[in-house]
Formats: sequence, C-alpha cells, structure tokens
Amino acid sequence: MKFERYGLGMLKGMSVTIRHMFRHPTVNQYPEQRLNISRRNRGNELIWSRERCTGCATCAKTCPQGAIEIITATNAEDNKYEVEKYQVDTGYCIQCGLCVEACPYDALFMGYSYERARYRRGELVQSDDELLESPERPASGYFHPDIAEKLPEQTLLIDKITEKRE
Amino acid sequence: MTVPELVISNVSMAYTPPDWPGGYWWHWLFFSVVLIGFMLTMVIIAIYIERRGLGRMQSRLGPNRTGPFGVLQMVADVIKVLLKENIVPDKADKLVHWLAPIVAFVPVALIFAVIPFQNGALLADLNIGILFIVAVSSLTTLGVFMAGWGSSNKYSLLGAMRNVAAVVSYEIPLALSIVGTLLVAGTMSLNGIVIAQDIPFILVQPLGFLIFFIAGCAEINRSPFDLMEADSEIVAGFHTEYSGMKFALFYLVEYAEAIAISAIITSLFLGGWRGPLLPPWLWFIVKTLIVFFVMVWTRVTLPRVRIDQLMALAWKFLLPLALINLFITAIQVLAWDNAVNWIAVVVNIVVMVVLILIWSKFFKLGWGRLEV
Repeated sequence: MKFERYGLGMLKGMSVTIRHMFRHPTVNQYPEQRLNISRRNRGNELIWSRERCTGCATCAKTCPQGAIEIITATNAEDNKYEVEKYQVDTGYCIQCGLCVEACPYDALFMGYSYERARYRRGELVQSDDELLESPERPASGYFHPDIAEKLPEQTLLIDKITEKRE
Repeated sequence: MTVPELVISNVSMAYTPPDWPGGYWWHWLFFSVVLIGFMLTMVIIAIYIERRGLGRMQSRLGPNRTGPFGVLQMVADVIKVLLKENIVPDKADKLVHWLAPIVAFVPVALIFAVIPFQNGALLADLNIGILFIVAVSSLTTLGVFMAGWGSSNKYSLLGAMRNVAAVVSYEIPLALSIVGTLLVAGTMSLNGIVIAQDIPFILVQPLGFLIFFIAGCAEINRSPFDLMEADSEIVAGFHTEYSGMKFALFYLVEYAEAIAISAIITSLFLGGWRGPLLPPWLWFIVKTLIVFFVMVWTRVTLPRVRIDQLMALAWKFLLPLALINLFITAIQVLAWDNAVNWIAVVVNIVVMVVLILIWSKFFKLGWGRLEV
C-alpha cells in the first residue's frame, strides 16, 4: 500500500519545507556580501603590462570581438615597436581569454572585475595606464599557473549566510 | 437520548448593555474602530509572515531592508501603492471597475463583526453568527467577478470565472463541515461555540477541520487553489488591470480574507480565545496567526492544482466526506449526552483516517488515472 497516494506525499512535502525554514538561506546579499571569486577567474578587465608588451598585436588579432585596439610606432634606433595606444572596449569583451592565451610575451592577464556596468558606452573603454596592474586590479591566475600557485587556497563557498541587519 | 443543552450565547450582555442610545453606540463605535484597526494591523503582520516565511522556506531571506528585519517593508509598500497612478483601461466598464474593490472589501470587513476576541468581546453577538459568516463571506466573489468583467480583459474575466466556479463548489463542503461543529456545540453563535469547546473541536471534528481548512483555502483562493490569480497562466487574473489604491484594496481583501478564515478556524476548531495563562485576546491572535502560518506553509509546499483537479476535489472528495462526517456527527450527538468527550475524539480521528484512505482509493481524475 503506497501511502503517498493517500495524503502522505503532501505531508512529506510539508516536512521538507518546514525543515528548509530552519536552515541557513542559500542566497547572499550582493552589495554587502560577495561570493569568493576563483583565483583563475576570467574577469571583465584585462591587465596589461607595458614593459613586456612588444606591440605585436597578436591579442588584437585573436580577439573574436575585435575589442582590442593597438597602435604602434616604429622605433628605428632600438629596432622595435613602441606602443602608442592600447585600448580595450570592455563592452565588447566576452571574457573568452583568447588574448591572454595568445600573447607570446605573457604581457596580458585576465582580471577579477565583474562590475563593469556604466551609464555610457564611452566609459566602457579602458586604455593604456588604466590597464596596468595595481593593488586594486590584481592579475588573475588564468592561463598563468605560476600566478595561481602564489594565491592563497580558497573555497568558493561562503560558510554561512547571515542576514544583514541595520 | 437527549439533545445537548444549548449553550447560552448572550454572555456578552454583561459587557454590552444594549441600552439605547448610550451604551449601544459606545459599544458600536469602540468595536468598529478596534476591528478596523485589528484588520489592518493583522493584514500587515500577515503579509510580513507570508513574505518572510515564504522566503525562508525557499531558502531565501525575504524582505529585510526596511526597518529591523524588514518589518517596515509593508508600510513602504503601502505608501508606494498609494502614490501610484490609478489607471483605468479605455474599454473598461468604468462604474463596475470602480465599484469592484469596494464590493469585494465590505463583506470581508463584515466577517470580523461576529468573531469573538474574548468572552463577549465582539461587535455583534449574533445567535446565527456562523450563518452570517457563510452568507457574507461568499459575497466577495461578486466584487471579484465585477473586477474581472469591468476590466475588459480576457485574462481578468477568465480568472473571475474560475473564482466563481471555485467558490460555488467549495461553499458546499465548507458549510457542511461547519454544520458538524454546530451540532456538537449546539449553538450558532461563535462565542457560544468557543464556550462549548472544552476539548478543541479540531480533535472532536478532525475531518471537519480538514475539510474546512481545504475548502477555506479554496474559498479565499490561496495556493494551491489560487487559480483565479494564477500569475503564470493568467497574469494575476482579475486584478491585472488594477493599479494604485484599487489594487491595494484587492491586496488587502486577499489577506483580510485569509485572516478572517484563520480567525473563523480559530473560533470553530481551535478553542478561540480559550487558553491558559495568556489573556484571551492574545490567545485568539496567536492562534489566528498560527493558522495563517499553516496556510503559508501549504502555499509554499503544494503546487497549483488544475481547474479539473480543483472541481474534482470539491465534488468527489470533500463533498461526500463532509456529508458522511455530518451524518456520523449527528449520530454521535444523538447517542451521547455530551458529544465533546474523549471517546468521540478517538472515534472521530479513526473515522477520519479510514475515510480519507477509502476516498483516496476512490478518487480518480480523468480516465481512471490516479492523481491525488
């Protein structure tokens, strides 16, 4: 005799819901609480190293979105390119990481940023010095295991959601 | 064989001397103000319990920004909805559209007139109190149907039609399950019924309670019977075209109805204001909120039924069970001097279990598929 058909299934469901009521909620309250970001995260901002960049524009060629714009000038004395302008339109960036993988001189890294929403399209464009690495914009370990190894061990879970109280 | 003694229902006379005009009018004024205040406060508490309880049961938090623990969220919502523009559709039946929220609201307010907060503390101790409730409570449907019709919106009309169908069907088991308690209590006054509950009627009339709870939920269109405002299929049903204060009134009606049904269940089955230690009115409020919480609990647990399941449940399941329950109760009342005894409790619980098992076996939808 299957009692699920005699109202027991309903009671089972109700016991499930009441047990959920006394569990910790699984949501987090975004602006105050943030989930941990993976140390190999592909964020929405590129970290660019001016020293290592040779201006070969491999990144610009691989970018499926054409989001990277690079203008170089020839330096005949040192026999090399000089980067005049390095510009990334993060509005077009799909965070595929191909540019980072393609860079032959390890001059490009992904960042951790995911808050690139802006009011105007022009503000989405980052160029030159904005792209440099800084304490606020650390380089992610994506495609760079050496960087990832140095970052501390982490869990992507938050142990306990606590309610934000005024 | 003796018929149980009628419980004296006009105990309230000590509190409310009906001397015209002084005492009567003071009584009227006092309880009108108290009832309106009670209703609005309880609605706010109910919405808070519903949203928080719903959130927690779904592993969410629920509103928690406005005030400590989000208690002021409802106040903010009220202010928001008051300030909103009142939009009336072009092709709407303007008068009906305008009148519908009021027609829906008044009967709900009327229900509270006969609900006792403590011994004799009620606006009108009608000796036919529960009959009055049954008569008045279904009038809300008229308002809902007016809203559905007046909106000139097919979804609204669909929702309203569903509501009418549901209420007409569920009115019958609802009334029949009440009659069982009336037989046991021997009075129709709600205060009298509360006084008669030396053992809470939920134990004496378990099947009646179950039927009343289910039918009550269906009557006020709470989940899982909220077909009339099924958001996912007919976009909020009858109040799709309502905005601003008129929408607020419908919202108020929805929760005031839930509170009213909770209060009726409290009075009929849970011993109303009776209880140890706490003051009676507090017992009443606490019990009402507990019943409301169970409604929230069922809402969060059970998925919405289909319209044919809704009808089948009313006509094939609740109605026969209510009739059998009434029959058994009548025999018990005739057989025993006092039907409120512990033997009756045991007998009725056994009867309930057996009947539910048998009827679940019978209950079929469509072509013999068993879907309960």
